[in-house]
Amino acid sequence: MGVEGIGARVVRKEDKRFITGKGRYVDDIKLLGMTHAHFIRSPHAHAKVKGIDSSAALKMPGVVAVLTGQQLVDDKVGNLICGWAITSKDGSPMKMGAWPAMAPETVRFVGQAVAVVIADSKNLARDAAEAVVVDYEELPAVADVHAAIKAGAPQLHPEAPGNQVYDWVIGDEGATDAAFAKAANVVKLDVTNNRLAPNAMEPRAAIADYDAAEEHFTLYTTSQNPHVARLVLSAFYNIAPEHKLRVIAPDVGGGFGSKIFIYPEEMVALWASKKVGRPVKWTGDRTEAFLTDAHGRDHVTHAEMAFDANNKITGFKVKTYANFGAYMSLFSSSVPTYLYATLLSGQYNIPAIHAEVIGVYTNTTPVDAYRGAGRPEASYLIERLMETAARQLKVDPAALRRANFITQFPHQTPVIMAYDTGDFNASLDAAMKAIDYAGFAARKAQAKSQGKLRGIGVSCYIEACGIAPSKAVGSLGAGVGLWESAEVRVNPVGTIEILTGSHSHGQGHETTFCQLVADRLGVPISQVSIVHGDTDKVQFGMGTYGSRSAAVGLTAILKAMEKVESKAKKIAAHALEASEADIVIENGEFKVTGTDKAIAFPMVALAAYTAHNLPDGMEPGLKESAFYDPTNFTFPAGTYICELEVDPGTGKTSFVNFVAADDFGRLINPMIVEGQVHGGLVQGIGQALLEHAIYDVNGQPVTASFMDYAMPRADDVPSFNLSHTTTLCPGNPLGIKGCGEAGAIGASAAVINAITDAIGKNNLEMPATPDRVWRTINAA
Amino acid sequence: MSTVKLTVNGKAVAVDVEDRTLLVHLLRDHLNLTGTHVGCDTSQCGACVVHMDGRAVKSCTMLAGQADGANVTTIEGIAKGDELHPMQAAFRDNHGLQCGYCTPGMIMSAIDIVHRYGGQLDEATVRHELEGNICRCTGYHNIVKAVLDAAGRMKVSQAAE
Repeated sequence: MGVEGIGARVVRKEDKRFITGKGRYVDDIKLLGMTHAHFIRSPHAHAKVKGIDSSAALKMPGVVAVLTGQQLVDDKVGNLICGWAITSKDGSPMKMGAWPAMAPETVRFVGQAVAVVIADSKNLARDAAEAVVVDYEELPAVADVHAAIKAGAPQLHPEAPGNQVYDWVIGDEGATDAAFAKAANVVKLDVTNNRLAPNAMEPRAAIADYDAAEEHFTLYTTSQNPHVARLVLSAFYNIAPEHKLRVIAPDVGGGFGSKIFIYPEEMVALWASKKVGRPVKWTGDRTEAFLTDAHGRDHVTHAEMAFDANNKITGFKVKTYANFGAYMSLFSSSVPTYLYATLLSGQYNIPAIHAEVIGVYTNTTPVDAYRGAGRPEASYLIERLMETAARQLKVDPAALRRANFITQFPHQTPVIMAYDTGDFNASLDAAMKAIDYAGFAARKAQAKSQGKLRGIGVSCYIEACGIAPSKAVGSLGAGVGLWESAEVRVNPVGTIEILTGSHSHGQGHETTFCQLVADRLGVPISQVSIVHGDTDKVQFGMGTYGSRSAAVGLTAILKAMEKVESKAKKIAAHALEASEADIVIENGEFKVTGTDKAIAFPMVALAAYTAHNLPDGMEPGLKESAFYDPTNFTFPAGTYICELEVDPGTGKTSFVNFVAADDFGRLINPMIVEGQVHGGLVQGIGQALLEHAIYDVNGQPVTASFMDYAMPRADDVPSFNLSHTTTLCPGNPLGIKGCGEAGAIGASAAVINAITDAIGKNNLEMPATPDRVWRTINAA
Repeated sequence: MSTVKLTVNGKAVAVDVEDRTLLVHLLRDHLNLTGTHVGCDTSQCGACVVHMDGRAVKSCTMLAGQADGANVTTIEGIAKGDELHPMQAAFRDNHGLQCGYCTPGMIMSAIDIVHRYGGQLDEATVRHELEGNICRCTGYHNIVKAVLDAAGRMKVSQAAE
């Protein structure tokens, strides 16, 4: 692998700028003549906008403009779109109400913008916003899914009667019912998957700069996928044609899904910059993040699993209500359907599955993909149910899982997915060994003697990553293809620039992507640079989410590299007067195999550009590009086991040990992979123990700051014991499965299974706060 | 408007600011020291931590005027030329950062923690002391490792001085 090649723990190239304070995030950028935007947001969960009086604000110093939702309508700026079409079981398309970037008539969640003040400074814009008078007529609101679908509930959109977006089904209902009719045992469980706020540490921000002479816009934005942003802004919102719109996502301070979407604020900033003739900057504060960044999860589910007399699963029935909030965000419709229900087979042989998902509007912040997106909800449900089943059937939870594992691959599940490879026994074995599963009973007894309730919880997760191939996602309703592109530019002196459509916002692409080049060509990573996040530099790309950058993005780079190497070999063979077939690449040199004849890579590059002595008919230069579309999703899988203690007097949970055994296929940089797992685990643990975005019955958010929403802090979580088992992914030439979401997908069930094991009660909702655990212990 | 005179990263400066200006905005907007970040509006996240007269402070939670006459050090001021501060090096070597947004505040807090404990730290103490700094990427595992590593390095570099 070499010291900097694939598999090496290379420290990150990008770190120097971040540790020295030289990172360049959107809010760090200043443009000449820049104005500042402050949005006026609804304090009501549901209201009519009767009028907006900005006359006093417009007289205040430094105020450039006050713009309203009606002006957006007048200028024919498009409404926000949802990019994945879902069809209900009755064949009807999903039912959606319009989502304008600023509401001209009706607001449907607290925080929805109705107007924006543009001023010379941020403080002046805020001051003026206080002077804008918005006349609201309050309407009844509903925040809870069950309340929203009841007869007589407040209605959000006339297009969606009963607040129902869709009623979607997957699987074979008849076969599933037949399995339940013959079942020896049926295990039932109701679970709520609590709503989360993503909380990337960098709040969203945008700077829009309109050049009137060129009729050209530049947008600096906190995006995980700047090319998709340009496409959507151009094709659907009528902001500007693509060639007149440059989108730059510079250093981005975390995303976790929340920065995939194209939000009202960047649309308004672009539109406003043309209207006021100056650059417009908006930087959200944390409360705006809580109110307007797309939330995650929020499912209410009833599930039943059928077992035969040998404890083999024979059927699985699921009914889920998914809360979408007040509007359908960009990929929201796909999250509780194709990213959730298609994973309901978990790691298990389940002959018959039927799932029904009802999407519901409520007067809350829109919900969309958040780290894992649908797969954490599926994994949590299955793994809570497996644990419940083991308790009901009085068998060891690990043994019950093992008895039902899929062991033959490829495996076609009853819910679309075809698992390509895996070894679920290997990861379960590794995790059980790491935590000394066999010794748990003795440790539990020891803890009991000290007045503590000790529990152990297993979670065997599987996920579908890469979110490709395009043909497959297209057939399921996706509005875009989900391939990735890359370009490899070799400079005349032999340094290399890799242009990628993937976007790094913490994932370390500037290091890992270079490692592939180092591996192939034997050049040091210092000679390679990664270019991303700018639509003027990179032709196109689908961006980073769904753990796809290595499996899809890096493979695109590999495909372009292969073309570069092929041409370079021809040039080297010509220079060395050898046959192309005899050229091998070793340690930065192109060698004639079996001889001492060689030419260094920089000399090959120089030859390509001087073009003095190229093979007849060869074009000068050394630059190639590739688009890569995988043949299948990838299927990372693994086992997490959590051991913890509960203090029965207080309900407080303390971690004893947390082990993770993941199969991500080939690892490019194990150090970075481990970091991804650590972060994901803590997001999963945060959901299990701490985090909950709560609304009151009137749709008022009560957790809109870090004072109220419990983010995991360093002393809330343990250090982790990680290991890897490996089956190479057959779907891409590097054998990569992806690692970005696993921790968040698998961790929460392990924690809740451990707590419920400790306290001997099965029904416990997340977040399992000390208060909730104590009440559960003491419930009759 | 008032003129605030202070020393930032060893350099004396005088800045005219609105009275309501926070120290973090003086640093970011007036001195272009954008390494100090704003991650919340309730003094919870610690992305804005700087050192004032040798103590870690949240620069979003004090007025610029309160720093009048003070000696302020930001993330941009802790390396000696090209030589990283041992805490910076430890964060890099232990992969203690991902997106980098919380990192400056984490590093400034961590240096203060090591100083206050004279380098005598264990994992539980580091985790407890980092309570005022939120990271969403790393799960803290490698941050804790980095701080413990740096505590050792700082002892060695102090001994050498």
